[in-house]
Amino acid sequence: MNALLEDGTIDQETAVEQFLRMDRLPHIWCPGCGIGTAMRSTIEALLEMNIPQEDLAVVSGIGCTARTAGYLKLDSFHTTHGRAIPFATGLKLANPKLNVFVFSGDGDLFAIGGNHLIHAARRNMDIKVICVNNFIYGMTGGQVGCTTPTHSKTSTSPYGNYEPPFNLPFLAAAAGAVYVARWTTYHVRQIKRSVQEAFSKRGFCFVEVISPCPTVYGSRNGFPTGLDMMKYFKANSQTLAGADPRDVGIELGGKIKVGKFVDAERPTFQNMLSEMWGDIGLQENRMVEAE
Amino acid sequence: MSKERGVLTGEHFVNGDWACAEGALAAGCRFFAGYPITPATEIAERMSKRLPEVGGVFIQMEDEIASMSAILGGSWGGVKSMTSTSGPGFSLMMENFGLGLMTETPCVVVNVQRGGPSTGLPTLVGQADMMQARWGSHGDYEVIALAPQSPQECFDLTIEAFNLSETFRMPVLVMSDEVVGHMTEKVTIPRLADIRLVERRKPTVPKESYKPFQPTEDLVPEMCNAGEGYFIHVTGLTHNEKGYPVITAEAQEKLVRRLVDKVRVNVDRIIKLEERFVDDADVIVVSYGISARTAKSAVAMARAKGLRVGFLRLITAWPFPEKQILELAHRVEAFVVPEINFGQMAREVERCAAGHALTVPVTHAGGDIHHPEKVLSVIESTLKLRVKRQVPALSAQ
Ligand SMILES: Cc1ncc(C[n+]2csc(CCOP(=O)(O)OP(=O)(O)O)c2C)c(N)n1
Ligand code: SF4
Repeated sequence: MNALLEDGTIDQETAVEQFLRMDRLPHIWCPGCGIGTAMRSTIEALLEMNIPQEDLAVVSGIGCTARTAGYLKLDSFHTTHGRAIPFATGLKLANPKLNVFVFSGDGDLFAIGGNHLIHAARRNMDIKVICVNNFIYGMTGGQVGCTTPTHSKTSTSPYGNYEPPFNLPFLAAAAGAVYVARWTTYHVRQIKRSVQEAFSKRGFCFVEVISPCPTVYGSRNGFPTGLDMMKYFKANSQTLAGADPRDVGIELGGKIKVGKFVDAERPTFQNMLSEMWGDIGLQENRMVEAE
Repeated sequence: MSKERGVLTGEHFVNGDWACAEGALAAGCRFFAGYPITPATEIAERMSKRLPEVGGVFIQMEDEIASMSAILGGSWGGVKSMTSTSGPGFSLMMENFGLGLMTETPCVVVNVQRGGPSTGLPTLVGQADMMQARWGSHGDYEVIALAPQSPQECFDLTIEAFNLSETFRMPVLVMSDEVVGHMTEKVTIPRLADIRLVERRKPTVPKESYKPFQPTEDLVPEMCNAGEGYFIHVTGLTHNEKGYPVITAEAQEKLVRRLVDKVRVNVDRIIKLEERFVDDADVIVVSYGISARTAKSAVAMARAKGLRVGFLRLITAWPFPEKQILELAHRVEAFVVPEINFGQMAREVERCAAGHALTVPVTHAGGDIHHPEKVLSVIESTLKLRVKRQVPALSAQ
C-alpha cells in the first residue's frame, strides 16, 4: 500500500487509508454524521505534515466521537468517559517525543471531563484537543448536554433545554489555551489547516468542530438529515478570524461564528520543567528490553 | 547515573510514606501523578522533591480521577508510574483503576488508609478499604494488594508491587495505613545491585504479528510502549487479542476469564505470608498491616502464658491465601482476626475455613490501633470455646 504514484503525486485515498485500521471498517457512525468528516480532515492534515506515524498517539474518552481512536492506525487509546486529557497528559510526560492528541466529543471533554480540560489548558500541556461538538450526547441516545443550545429538544429536555450552553472557544481561551479555533464540518479545508497549525505549535491547542448528529439531535430540532444541518452550517457560518471568544456563543438557529480566535505564545508545562531541570531525562529512563 | 541516585543506599530513620516513595524510586518509578490527601500527602511531597533529581516527572493533578488516568498514560508511555492516596481519593480512582485492569497496564497505587466512610478520620488510622481494594471498581476481576506493616516494608513492598505489576501487567495496590505511613523507624535501603527488579516483557514477535493482548504461557501478554511503531489499540471495551472491541458474550468470557485466571493460576508466585508458631497452634491469629504488629504482641503474650497460639500475617492481602487458610483450618480450632474495620478480611478467612474452624473477628471502627491486651482477651475467650473438642461430646449426647 504505497501512496506515492508513479508520476510522483500522492494517491490521496491510499494515503488516507494508511492512517486507518481498514480491518475495523465499516465504522459505527450513522449516515449523515459529521464525525467521519472531522476525522478525515484531521488525517489529511497529519498526512501533509509528514509526522512519522509512530510519533503520533491519539487518546479519546467515550462517545460516538471517541470511537475515532479505534479507527486511526496510530497508537490509540480509548479510555474512560471524560478522562482522555489526563491520560494524554501522562502519556505525553512519559514520552515527550510523541505528538499526543485527543479526539473526543463535547460531552466527554466539557461536561464529565471539563475539569481536566481547563487544567490542561492552564498548564499549557503540550497536547492538541480536537472536539467534535454535535450539541448532544450522541452515543447514549440524545440527552441534553453542556453544549446543547437553549430551547433545543432532546430526550431529557423534551420541553426544550432550559439551560444556557458553554461557549467552548471562550472557555478554552479563558483557561489558557494558546490556540483556539472553531469550524463546522462544512469547512473541511479550514479544519485541516487549523489542525496543522495546532500541531505546529507547542502547548495546549483546541479545535472545535461543529458537527451534525442527524440521528438524535437534528431529528428533534428541525434538521432531520445530515445534509439539512450542513446547509444550515453553510448558510449561517460567519468567519470572524480573531474575534473575541466571548462573543462566539451559539444560539439555536442563529449564526455560527467560526475562525481562528486565539494564536498566542506562552511557556508550556514542558518549557517550565526544562527551564528548572534541563531536559528531563525521561527518555533515558524509559524502560529498555528486559535483560 | 539517574538510576543510582534513585537508590539512597544506607540506613535511614524515616516514616512509611517516605519509605514508600523511596521504594518506588528504587524500583525505577519515574512518573508520579497525585493529589494531596492526608495521610498520603508525604508520598507526593517526597516524590515532588526526588523525581526531578533522577530525571523523572512529578505532576500534581486536579483530582484523583486525573491522577489515576495520568499514570495509565505514563505507563503506556514506557515509564514506571505511581500514584498515592487515601479513602476519598481511592473512591475516585476506582473507575480508572478498572481501566488499568482491563487494559493490563502496569502501575502502582498506594492507599494509606484512614478512617471512613466519607471524610471520616482524615488524620487517624483505618483498614476499612480492604474490600474496596478487592471489589471497588465495577465488573469482575482479580487484584493484587500488598499490606506493609512497617516503614521498611513500605520500601520493600512498593518495589515488590512494581515487580508484580510488570510481571502480571496490571495495576498493583499497596494497602498501607495511617500508622504505618506516619510511624518513624529504621529503613535499610540496599545497593541497587542487590535489589531485584522486574522490567516488562517486551514483544518477542515481529511488529506486524504482535498482538498486545495475546496471552503468553502464564496468561500475561507481552507489552510494547506507545511510540515504538506497533500502532496498538487499547480500549476499556471488551476486546480481542489485537485490542479491537468485540461486544459479544464469547469475547467477554475469553477476556475476563483470562484476566481473572492470570492472577488465579499464578497465586503461588504472588502470595507471601509470614507464619509463626502455627505447627502446634490451637488458635491462629490472622492479621495484616499495622494490626499484625499488635496481633504479634498478643501472640507473644499468649505464648508466654503457655497458650498454643499461632500467627499468620497476610503480606499479600489479595489474592487471598485460600489454600493456606483451608489447610490450617483442618488443623486448628479457630482463627482470630484483628483488623481496623468490622470484619472485612475476617469474612474471607471464614469463607476459606469452610466450616472447619471458627473465625472470630476482632473489630475496630478506626481512629486507633488494637491494643494487644484486647486481642489477647479474644484469643483466650476463643480458646475457652474449645470448639472442635466439643463436637464429639455433643454428638455423643
Ligand atoms: C462514567 C460514565 N458515565 C456515563 C457514561 C455513558 N456515556 C457514554 S457516551 C456518553 C456521552 C458522550 O457524549 P459526547 O462526548 O458528546 O460524544 P458523542 O457521542 O456525542 O460523540 C455517555 C454519557 C459512561 N460511559 N461513563
Ligand atoms: S448518534 Fe449522532 S453522533 Fe452518534 S454516530 Fe449517529 S449521528 Fe453521529
